[in-house]
Amino acid sequence: MDIQLKILRFNPEKDKQPYFQDFNLKNVSDDWRLLDVLHEIKWNYDGTLTFRRSCAHGICGSDGMKINGRNRLACSLLLKDINTKKPITIEPLPALPIIKDLVVDMTNFFDKYEVVKPYLINNSPPPPDGERLQSNEDAEKLFESAKCILCACCTTSCPSTWTNENYIGPAALVKAYRFIYDTRDEGADERMDILDTPDGIWRCHTIFNCVEACPKEINITWHISQLKKKISSREY
Amino acid sequence: MIHSYDVVIVGAGGAGLRAAVEIPKEYSCAVISKVFPPRSHTGTAQGGVCAALSNMEEDSWENHVFDTVKGSDYLGDQDSIEVMCKDAIRAIIELEHMGMPFSRNEEGKIAQRYFGGHTKPADQNDPYGKRIPVKRSCYSADRTGHVMLHTLFENTIKNQVTFFSEYFVTDLLMENGVCKGVVAFDIANLEVHIFKAKAVMFATGGYGRVFRITSNAHVGTGDGMALVYNAGLPLEDMEFFQFHPTGLWKLGILVSEAARGEGGILKNKDGERFMARYAPTVMDLAPRDMVSRSIINEIREGRGIRGSDGTDYVLLDVSHLGKEVIDEKLPEITGFARTYLGVEPTKEPIPIQPTAHYAMGGIPTNVNCEVLLNEKGDIVKGLYAAGECACVSVHGANRLGTNSLLDLVVFGRRGGKAISEYLKTAKFLEVDESAAKKTNEFISWLFSSNGNEKISDIRTELQNAMMENCGVFRTEEGLKKMIDKLEELKKRYRNISLQDKSKVFNTELVEAIELENLLKNAEATVYGAYQRQESRGAHSREDFPKRDDNSWMKHTFAFQKFESSPELKYKPVVVTKYQPMERKY
Ligand SMILES: Cc1cc2nc3c(=O)[nH]c(=O)nc-3n(C[C@H](O)[C@H](O)[C@H](O)COP(=O)(O)OP(=O)(O)OC[C@H]3O[C@@H](n4cnc5c(N)ncnc54)[C@H](O)[C@@H]3O)c2cc1C
Ligand code: FES
Repeated sequence: MDIQLKILRFNPEKDKQPYFQDFNLKNVSDDWRLLDVLHEIKWNYDGTLTFRRSCAHGICGSDGMKINGRNRLACSLLLKDINTKKPITIEPLPALPIIKDLVVDMTNFFDKYEVVKPYLINNSPPPPDGERLQSNEDAEKLFESAKCILCACCTTSCPSTWTNENYIGPAALVKAYRFIYDTRDEGADERMDILDTPDGIWRCHTIFNCVEACPKEINITWHISQLKKKISSREY
Repeated sequence: MIHSYDVVIVGAGGAGLRAAVEIPKEYSCAVISKVFPPRSHTGTAQGGVCAALSNMEEDSWENHVFDTVKGSDYLGDQDSIEVMCKDAIRAIIELEHMGMPFSRNEEGKIAQRYFGGHTKPADQNDPYGKRIPVKRSCYSADRTGHVMLHTLFENTIKNQVTFFSEYFVTDLLMENGVCKGVVAFDIANLEVHIFKAKAVMFATGGYGRVFRITSNAHVGTGDGMALVYNAGLPLEDMEFFQFHPTGLWKLGILVSEAARGEGGILKNKDGERFMARYAPTVMDLAPRDMVSRSIINEIREGRGIRGSDGTDYVLLDVSHLGKEVIDEKLPEITGFARTYLGVEPTKEPIPIQPTAHYAMGGIPTNVNCEVLLNEKGDIVKGLYAAGECACVSVHGANRLGTNSLLDLVVFGRRGGKAISEYLKTAKFLEVDESAAKKTNEFISWLFSSNGNEKISDIRTELQNAMMENCGVFRTEEGLKKMIDKLEELKKRYRNISLQDKSKVFNTELVEAIELENLLKNAEATVYGAYQRQESRGAHSREDFPKRDDNSWMKHTFAFQKFESSPELKYKPVVVTKYQPMERKY
């Protein structure tokens, strides 16, 4: 089939403003990933087209971008799963500074991730020659949040992020959940102190954009609501 | 710009991060990675990481050693294998203590499952008699590598490790056989940075992208290996490249062995469970080299299924496991089949074909991750390597599934320890701005070169030719063809040109450098394969179908000779307890 694309281009060395460029591709197959389409352009037509990618199957989190108005991974979306009757629009993730074309500056995103102390906090010595015990049920409670690939699709889809760049955002909150609900962790209080601040969890207004954006199908809002309940019922 | 760090670790996958965690706070340590650390390829690992924990059934590290030696087709160095398998138990418990979320058994201990080639004696009193599969692979659903990579990354954040992310390392700095740093450029702006260091570790991963069908990420171009090879140092056993039997048809995306560990079976076009003919005892859980050859054999004998694009596949059936098991234990990989092939694994079998997966060879090291200068075992001071880019050799001619993630944490830590010891007395060597010269010249050349060759053409031709001539089966004729093709492609590379001349985030330039590295790694692979006139593990020569222990119980060491073919030297395999036996399963 033939497809048309509108891709947002920006090279700070020569462009004042980002602009859309049209591409027409002939004879592509509907089982192509959007990433294959981008490669086809880069490798055969325009070597300057710039995007990040690595694994090509939705696990490394490199190629989050806005495709037909929605944040997704280019490698996890097939042509047959989107409307190709109209030109396909591809833009970088919103709300982060554009470095070039579809590549955005992720510094702010990773800074927020670090704020929630994304590591196991446990000062009691572990058993000397074995694992800490945890029921499979308790372990599985973490798996959904631990699936997060830090692609930033959720955080950059959130209207609260757009209006307040200091809002910690859904990805960091999911990470906080991952540790607060780990039966092996002792850092829940420290983390909840961090979340219970003006730019913390209360800026989440349950708009659900994040859930729709998450390529790993994490029910982010559910995780955030569990945290909200836990924080509200805290005793001091 | 010149930076100084006591130690620089190149690579932020499992091996690099584990090493970084081990460096004591009193030493300055920088980790350089061409992608953000959690984007590293380790995150794609699915099935598990093994250790004889005996959480599900009786097992021992000696069983694990035996399996690894046998799986390696007796090319693995037995002293190193012993070090790894013995340390495995501690290493996995340590990951748990670091916070890695594992699936659990009924007692709340780490859950374990079957994996290809991992066995124990059917009868305790007959340790080398008939063997049966054993549950040795520790896992977290089918996202083991993902949670392992994240756990290690989290621990480096806790330890406040310094990262240079999206920096591309281009050069290794050496003086009189001593390593003194690396050169890298910042991908964001092409600025060249010199890193002066007392110790350098390479943990740069594999080079599966040299083949057309591969499970490896686009960044898997073996840069570290190529840099070491360029510095006149050897690469070991590069002819041993593992094809994993079950890649998604056409795409190569991996369907982990966990699918078979949980009970999935391979079928040909007649619906026959064909592995019963090739490996009667362990069947679908035979080691990867054997299963891949069996699949190609089925296809050659007309029992494959012809796909819409004219290529052939066989089937992996997990549908009988039931939706519950599939959703709980294999959610990710069955999701891939759904997304990419439109196949519903709970109802229908998944089309698969062998996919280039893992480099057994790499930068030669001893068990302390010190890089070897030559086949005699002399070391390069201050230079270390660990993970897939290294060759200790614990995987020999064929790696067992789940032994790589183990290799990363065991040897990542050992390397970190060895570096810390070395730093007690090591000194900085003189490094000045001229160290950047080679990198600057190469970048200028890439910008000014205006030939008519395209990077993507050369890369595609390389990948196709490697697949055809240096894949699961090899012959002298095919390898000769490959050598000619490679020499042609190397010449054509001199004539490439870039369309992107910008200094900002120039990924075309990155791809051009990666292609050069792929060509180097292909060279060491093909020449090694051409010389090795036997079949062992993943190296299967149709013109020499037997393993030849008299002539070939030795590791290949390939040295680059620039204007001619590489020089090949050999190092004997270390045999301790296990004399080579016929490899039957
Ligand atoms: C799909 C898949 C599934 C797998 N499943 C399993 C499994 O279940 N169990 C198992 O044991 N093994 C598995 N393996 C194998 C295992 O995952 C890999 O061998 C292992 O993760 C490699 O880790 P590493 O740390 O050596 O390198 P990687 O994780 O590949 O990391 C390499 C690092 O080096 C950096 N780097 C490379 N070149 C440069 C450069 N020029 N400049 C700067 N930085 C650079 C990269 O940015 C990256 O950070 C699997 C492999 C694949 C492909
Ligand atoms: S390239 Fe890895 S998530 Fe898309």
